[in-house]
Amino acid sequence: MSSELPQLTASDFASDQDVRWCPGCGDYSILAQMKKMLPTLGLPRENIVFISGIGCSSRFPYYVNTYGMHSIHGRAPAFATGLKSCRDDLQVWVITGDGDALSIGGNHFMHAIRRNIDIKIVMFNNRIYGLTKGQYSPTSPIHKITKSSPLGSIDRPLNPLSVAIGCEASFVARSIDVNIKHLGDMLHRAAMHKGTAFIEVYQNCNIFNDGAWDYATDRQTKQENTLQLEHGKPLIFGKNRDKGIRLNGTVPEIVELGKGVSEDDLLFHDERAEEPTLAYLLSRFRHPEFPEPIGVFRDVQREIYDQELRRQIEDSRKKRGTGDFDKLFQTGDTWTVGSSA
Amino acid sequence: MSTSLEGPAKVTKPVETLAGATVRLAGDSGDGMQLAGTQFTNTSALAGNDVATFPDFPAEIRAPRGTRAGVSGFQLHFSSNDIYTPGDTLDCLVAMNPAAFVTNIGDLRKGGTLIVNEDEFVKKNFDLAHIDKNPLDESDLEKRYRVIRVSMNKLTDLAVKEVGLGNKESARCRNFLAMGLLYWLYGRDVEPTLRFIEAKFGNQPTVAEANRLALNAGWNYGETTEAFISSYRVDKAQLSPGTYRNMMGNELLAWGLMAAARLSQKELFLGTYPITPASDILHVLSKFKHFGVYSFQAEDEIAAMASAIGAAFGGFMGVTTSSGPGIALKSEGIGLAIMLELPVLVVNVQRGGPSTGLPTKTEQADLFQAVLGRNGESPMPVVAACSPSDCFDVAIEAWRIATRFMTPVMILSDGYIANGAEPWRIPKFEDLAPIPIKHPDARKDDDPPFMPYQRDELLARPWAIPGTPGLMHRVGGLEKQDVTGNVSYDPDNHQHMTHTRAKKVENVAEVIPPLQVNGPEQGDLLVLSWGGTYGACKTAVELCQRQGLSVAHAHLRWVNPFPKNIEQVLRSYKRVLIPELNMGQLNMFIRSKFLIDTIGLNKIKGRPFDVAEVAEKIQQVIAAK
Repeated sequence: MSSELPQLTASDFASDQDVRWCPGCGDYSILAQMKKMLPTLGLPRENIVFISGIGCSSRFPYYVNTYGMHSIHGRAPAFATGLKSCRDDLQVWVITGDGDALSIGGNHFMHAIRRNIDIKIVMFNNRIYGLTKGQYSPTSPIHKITKSSPLGSIDRPLNPLSVAIGCEASFVARSIDVNIKHLGDMLHRAAMHKGTAFIEVYQNCNIFNDGAWDYATDRQTKQENTLQLEHGKPLIFGKNRDKGIRLNGTVPEIVELGKGVSEDDLLFHDERAEEPTLAYLLSRFRHPEFPEPIGVFRDVQREIYDQELRRQIEDSRKKRGTGDFDKLFQTGDTWTVGSSA
Repeated sequence: MSTSLEGPAKVTKPVETLAGATVRLAGDSGDGMQLAGTQFTNTSALAGNDVATFPDFPAEIRAPRGTRAGVSGFQLHFSSNDIYTPGDTLDCLVAMNPAAFVTNIGDLRKGGTLIVNEDEFVKKNFDLAHIDKNPLDESDLEKRYRVIRVSMNKLTDLAVKEVGLGNKESARCRNFLAMGLLYWLYGRDVEPTLRFIEAKFGNQPTVAEANRLALNAGWNYGETTEAFISSYRVDKAQLSPGTYRNMMGNELLAWGLMAAARLSQKELFLGTYPITPASDILHVLSKFKHFGVYSFQAEDEIAAMASAIGAAFGGFMGVTTSSGPGIALKSEGIGLAIMLELPVLVVNVQRGGPSTGLPTKTEQADLFQAVLGRNGESPMPVVAACSPSDCFDVAIEAWRIATRFMTPVMILSDGYIANGAEPWRIPKFEDLAPIPIKHPDARKDDDPPFMPYQRDELLARPWAIPGTPGLMHRVGGLEKQDVTGNVSYDPDNHQHMTHTRAKKVENVAEVIPPLQVNGPEQGDLLVLSWGGTYGACKTAVELCQRQGLSVAHAHLRWVNPFPKNIEQVLRSYKRVLIPELNMGQLNMFIRSKFLIDTIGLNKIKGRPFDVAEVAEKIQQVIAAK
């Protein structure tokens, strides 16, 4: 290989635009980890595209020195689908938020994932509408008091990972804005996955929903309230790594290690399980009943939409030759008038 | 009209020569009327006639049998002259049941031929059609029409008995019997239809044989029955020299899109969602993967639009196809394409509206939607096809403009030309003008920075595609700073950019042909038409010209922007008549733009204009002077 790809650094991926998120916003950390991770992929900048919808998170493409498109509300996966279908040589990222992806864009989110088109979707979940100044979102907890729900929200929230898994996702992960190393790892795993990769990032909106994820980020409580998934390892958590998850029939329960319970009794994580049952079960773990898992829930291979689309075209060309218009026009019943042939 | 004893070999009865005829087949939606009509059309076209068709079918796939709602019709006009419409009144009506009879008999001219399947004229079917007695018993029926009562059920059963079909399958062959009879009546060759039967039913030999038998039985019935004393012949039309084939508007639109892609050395990405009457474009394009067609059936209209823009961003020919309700959903995406200044084609095959409206019926009521139907000041070029053949050229022309100006372009078709068929003169591919597209070249780090919104002399911006080193840039729906394309909230910049986008679309008028006039260069009346009403307006104007009236016809292909000479043309006539299948949308544009007191002729019935109603209005307007 004589390709002279220069060694890029995070600063090569910074655009010349001023970043305009609120000071203290979790988005800064995600942007920083993305810029740090991208050079490790060995891809030239021009072969990377960021596509976003509308919302605070969706300003992201303006801040990365790659190709980018700030599209319309909720539709980024559909733009990305068109682009990736045509251009196998590009790595296409979708940057979205909980309102953008799950409310107005729920349909596109669902269908991109089921098709397993080769795009990477990073959803910044702050459980609120930030850019429109503080209405409840599809991930806001029930009874949440916001500007548009002064008596408390009566909308039951949905669980992004459960939805993704229900849509036959081939890659599903979760991370947290302040867990910078873990977040970088998850972004890298997503980049390497073939097919749709979906990452939910817990992101703090310090203006309209400050502290929504405190239980998962607070130094004192985070080890009790989150559980780091590792492939092939038992589900253990807690400051002293003394608690685990065991299945009682089909019902998960928290057990304390020791006192007759060994690691072998615990549920073992298998991100490559063909059946999504385990990944779905883990996605249902919600604070405060259970520790919330972070890491890769599911990473399996299956048919990729854009590859299949191109394969059909290549196969048709092999079988029928590249289309010839004159032949096409003359196929079937024709008749000739006058002298011209 | 001359009578002779010559004719196809097997014909023994006298043959009358006609200039042309309009025939309608009407039956239940499950009776195969569309298939029969299409075959009759192809056969007539192959015989050298000019043809124009008007399929008219219900939105329901199989409405209850025997009811008026379930009636499906196919009208064919064939002629030895050049024709531009499927005909106003019928010379011949084939009614397969009482519901088809009552819903269509009003269109049969006095003295026309009525062929009925008399076996279906029974009490049960009268009830279904909501008529209280047998309409065939009316005393003056025979005085008004030449009535041919055919026992089609029995004749078909008898004809196909030998292949051992069940009653249901046997009944499905009745349309072939009716076709055979029409073929005899109009001196058509059965060969092309026999070839069609082989191609379509070749893998079901019994069905194929039964249809062949029914077709021949119909033909033989015509030859032997005493009901017909003569048959007809329609000579070849004097079409311009060339090789022809019979094509429908939607097929030609699809082929035109494919050709446009090849002419610009692009591959075609179609992002679309099924909708009547546009779905056939998706069906046709999906078959041509070896032509480099990427067809994507999206989850909804919005995603279809978005995916086409995504493809355009990637340097492909992005296309989406729909009808009015779908276009409504795409509007935000179209607005984004206007802001991104990317070439995308949006096809609107118009149907009756508003809302779900009349899905299978034609209308021209989406002109406002096409030109204006987005938030903000969001101009886009709009081009309208005038006939099935024109769909091919319009697709190529639209893509030429979209890429030259870096803009989305809306193509308007309608249900009438989408499903209508006519002879298409086959071009040689090498004779079609290439569509040159230039993408900016790669830059090195020390080159001056790339400016994605720097414009050329016609105000088009460069089409820089991902994968090109040094041209990394970000586009988006937020207002752009001139030249740099960075986000800008500056008030003066917004005004400047709004004017620039408008001026760019106006500049399209610099490259499109001027408005042509058919008729005197000045006079009493100009008929100004656009879209699918072309044929009726042209025919009506020519009719009135032969009557000595001072009337001319001009037809708009680009409805936004208008050709540069339009005002001068409009002001050359005392009055201007604008016939439209809407409440006067072009009329309002013309009045507001030029302050000319134009006259509308407006019909909103889900049906095309009859030539007679346009001609009558022309005569009226001129007489009122």
